[in-house]
Order: sequence, then structure tokens, then C-alpha cells
Amino acid sequence: MSQWIAACEADDIDPEDVIPFEHDGNDYAIYRSPDDAYFATDGHCTHEKTLLCDGLVMGGVIECPKHNGRFDYTSGKALGAPVLVDVRTYPVKVMDDTVYIELP
Amino acid sequence: MPARASTAEAIVIAGAGAGGVRAAFTLREQGWDGRVVLVGTEPPYERPPLSKTGEYRLICGGAALSEAGITFLAGAEAAGVDTAAHVLELADGRRLPYRSLLLTTGARARRLPFGGAPVHVLRSYADSAALRARLAPGRRVAVIGGGFIGLELAASAAALGCRVTVIELGPRLMGRAVPARVAATMAGRHVAAGVDLRCGTGVTGLAGTGSGTEITLAEGTAIEADVVVAGVGAVPETMLACAAGIETGDGIVVDERFATSAPDVFAAGDCCRYPHPLYGGQPLRLESWRAAQEHGAAAARAMLGETEPYAGVPWFWSDQHDYTLQVAGLASAADREVVRVRPDGVEIWFGLSRDGRLVAAAAAGPGNSVAKDIKLAELLIARRAAPDPVTLADPAVTLKSVLRSPVAG
Ligand SMILES: Cc1cc2nc3c(=O)[nH]c(=O)nc-3n(C[C@H](O)[C@H](O)[C@H](O)COP(=O)(O)OP(=O)(O)OC[C@H]3O[C@@H](n4cnc5c(N)ncnc54)[C@H](O)[C@@H]3O)c2cc1C
Ligand code: FES
Repeated sequence: MSQWIAACEADDIDPEDVIPFEHDGNDYAIYRSPDDAYFATDGHCTHEKTLLCDGLVMGGVIECPKHNGRFDYTSGKALGAPVLVDVRTYPVKVMDDTVYIELP
Repeated sequence: MPARASTAEAIVIAGAGAGGVRAAFTLREQGWDGRVVLVGTEPPYERPPLSKTGEYRLICGGAALSEAGITFLAGAEAAGVDTAAHVLELADGRRLPYRSLLLTTGARARRLPFGGAPVHVLRSYADSAALRARLAPGRRVAVIGGGFIGLELAASAAALGCRVTVIELGPRLMGRAVPARVAATMAGRHVAAGVDLRCGTGVTGLAGTGSGTEITLAEGTAIEADVVVAGVGAVPETMLACAAGIETGDGIVVDERFATSAPDVFAAGDCCRYPHPLYGGQPLRLESWRAAQEHGAAAARAMLGETEPYAGVPWFWSDQHDYTLQVAGLASAADREVVRVRPDGVEIWFGLSRDGRLVAAAAAGPGNSVAKDIKLAELLIARRAAPDPVTLADPAVTLKSVLRSPVAG
């Protein structure tokens, strides 16, 4: 059964940035795009177990802080070596300035 | 040249490390549908973990190679190049005709100029396994050379409970590629972790004693150790190129498309010396995981006819204890320095050229805390930006806004 979990307030994240979110011992990354849309992915890079929230967001792309692997955080798509496996994404909605993430 | 007409379809790559493997995959990504033959004395594995966790991690498995239609000749050693006939000769006698040949033979660990006692080096997995088998709590480990591989190893050994001494000839750690201020941050972290740092003193001799190895230092004192490791740099693997009459000189000399002096022979990664457009065409030999892959990819494109020179910003990282160091650009190209002290205490170092362009940035801090700023600095370096030094030093102004300001563009 999937459920919507309140992750943060909408303005906890700067535009074009990312913050970490932990739930039930799992790490997630929550993004705010330059045009104020919100997205969520797994917290870790698919190359090694590095937290993506320490990486740089530019446009719709997050770059892993460890070896510069890049993902399109809106789709989870891995954009080339060294990351070859897509990162999992989760549905996100914003209600009353709260950002919710749908977890399985 | 009739020899070529019949062999027009194979691109052969000698050396299956970070550079060679990335080149092979890039050929496919770029649509090359001829043969790709990758020759490697070793399986394709990652070197960076060897001085950190010691883990054996493949760059890619055999299945991924065959799926991409890459013929991997495992355990094969390239022994000679017949540049006129366009043939790579293997040590086992096989002859591989090529349309283009890429040399990605990497580098080997430099050895100390004297014997007297066994000394470990660290370049291959075999080196790492032999060394790690000797690390145990309480063991006295002496690391000769305060470069980043020696320091990573020192940190791993300390974490395993060894008593570690690092001996560095230069006045400070990582003198070649890391600015003094950032090296000092790392030095502080080592000292806090109990590593004994001896800078400014050389090793003058080694002698086996009943209980270990005695290391004599130039300053006159001696150190006893159970395990001695030399981390004194790497020597580019140029033998193949030299023997074939290809121009070398601290690396295989290549042009800005990674072409060597021999027709249709290219070189990339740690083994080559590349005239970098960002630094006025200064020939650079880098020892960097990311550069090796970018070189490999750029050389692959060049072999397929791309003419745009590669101008990627040099970048490397190093993990020591719970700190990560990152350097973008070329610290030695800096004429003046600016330091930004962030509210969390982390210092970001910027190197500017005489004409005010940002040419390097470096920082060391806990976890991945320096990554974002170094990445933004890298983007500024790539743009040849000349940001205002006062702004660079001001932690209240984000580097992202510097990047987006018209001056930087
Ligand atoms: C212990 C260690 C830790 C490192 N850590 C970092 C780090 O933290 N960050 C970073 O940026 N960089 C790091 N590096 C550097 C990085 O690993 C290298 O820059 C990178 O491996 C270079 O890739 P390459 O393909 O050019 O050469 P290599 O990885 O050396 O690969 C060359 C391959 O060619 C093979 N070969 C050589 N001659 C022949 C021949 N005649 N025939 C067939 N095969 C041949 C070799 O056996 C080898 O497998 C580290 C290196 C080492 C050794
Ligand atoms: S851990 Fe993310 S790119 Fe390596």
C-alpha cells in the first residue's frame, strides 16, 4: 500500500536545489526545480552509495558529489558514465505549502 | 596502402583501464559499427578503491562488454606496434590489424632508488592485496611520500589500527597538485587521526632488522616499521610507444585530438601528455580517474573524425579519513589566491591567473561538503571567467550567482 508522506515545507528548498529526506530508515532526495516544480528520487547515487543531496542542481539535473555522475531528477534517467543505472523517482505533490512524497 | 584497405574495420585499444574501457564504449555510443578490440593484461577494474577500502570493483563485467560488441582479449599484452603496416603485435604472437589504434596503457608505480628491504607500492589490485594482507592493528606502517595515494593508504591503515608514519621530502603534503592551504587542512585531519607526519625529510636508506625495517632519514634519525610503502608517484607506461618510434617525453606526446606522432595511433589517459587549450596549450600529464575517462571518450570521437579539441577541466578527488579533497583546474597555473571561508568553517581556495581568470579551485572538508562549490568553480573555470576576487572571498554570495552574473559569462 503506497502512502503520501509529508516531507518538508515548500520553501525549505531553494529554487534549483535539493534537500535530504529520511523516512523509515530510507534516504530520499527532494528537489525544487528552477520553475518551482517539486520532484523526489532515491537518496543515493546508483554508482556508489553516495547521498545525492550534497550534489549540485543545475536546471533539471542533479550531479553526484562523488564522481560527477548526472541524473535527470525529473525522470530519474542516468545521463552517462559513471552512472549507468537510472535512479528511482517518486511522485510528489504540494498541498498547503507542504511537499508530500508517495512511498510504496 | 593495401594493408589498410583489408583492415579498415577494426579499432584496437591497448590497455583496459578507465581510459581504454570508456573509449571502447564511446565508440559504440557514437555509432561505430566496425570491430572494437580491447587488449588488456588486467581485467577492467577501478583503481581508486585500492588505496581507500581495498575493494575489487570491476569497471564493467564481461557481459556488458560482449553486449556492446567489444572483443576483450583478457590477459593479452601488447608487445609491439607496426605503425607502417597498422598492426598491433601481442606478446603471444597474435597480430591485430587496426584502422586506428588507441594506447591507454596508464602508468606504473615509481619505485624507490634503493633496496635493502622489501617495499610495497600501490598501483594494481595485486599490489593492494599484498599490502593489505600485512596491515593489522598495532603494525607500524611507514608511508614514504605524502602524495594523495600514500595519504589515502595512510588513512586506511590508521583506520585498521596501524601506527602510521608518513615521510615526505617536500616541505608539505601533496605539494604537486594541491595548494598549501588545502593540504594543511588535510594534514590537520591526519594528525587528529594519530598519523605521524614527517615533512621536509628524505629517506636515505633502508635496512632489514630482526624485527622489521629501519628507515634512515636525511635529518639523521631513523624509524622502524613493520610495513614500508612507497607512494612516490607514477611513471607513464610508454614502452610500447617508445619501441614503435612514437614521440614520448614524460608521457606519450599527443596533439589536441589525442593523436600521436604515428599515423592513426592515438593515446589517452595517464600515459599521455596533452596540450590543454584551457592552459594555453601547456602539455599536461594528469593522473586522474575522470580525466582518463574523458580522454578516452574524446580520443574515441577523434578516431571517428571529430576535430573539436578536448578542453575538459582537470578534476580529481581524494578521500582521506572522513574528509574528501577535490581539485578542479590546475593549481600550479595560479598566480594569486583567494580564500572563501564558509560559515561551516570549510575553506574554498581559488587560484587566479595574472589576467584575473579563475584557473583552479580546491577544498577539503568532511564528507562531500566541498563538492557543490568545487563544481561551480569548475563551471567558472571552463568558461574562462574572471570573477571579482572580493566576491569570490565573500561567503554571502553564492557561487551559483557568481556563475550567473554577466561578468562571469
Ligand atoms: C591506488 C590508486 C588510487 C587512486 N585514486 C584516485 C582518486 O581518488 N581520484 C582520482 O581522480 N584518481 C585516482 N587514481 C588515478 C586513476 O585511477 C588513474 O588516473 C586512472 O586509473 C588512469 O586510467 P588509465 O586508463 O589511463 O590507466 P590505468 O588505469 O593504469 O589502465 C591501464 C591499463 O593498461 C594495462 N596495460 C599497460 N600496458 C599494457 C600492454 N602493453 N598491453 C596490454 N595492457 C597494458 C595496464 O595493466 C592497466 O590495466 C588512483 C590511482 C591509484 C593507483
Ligand atoms: S557515487 Fe555517484 S557518481 Fe560515483
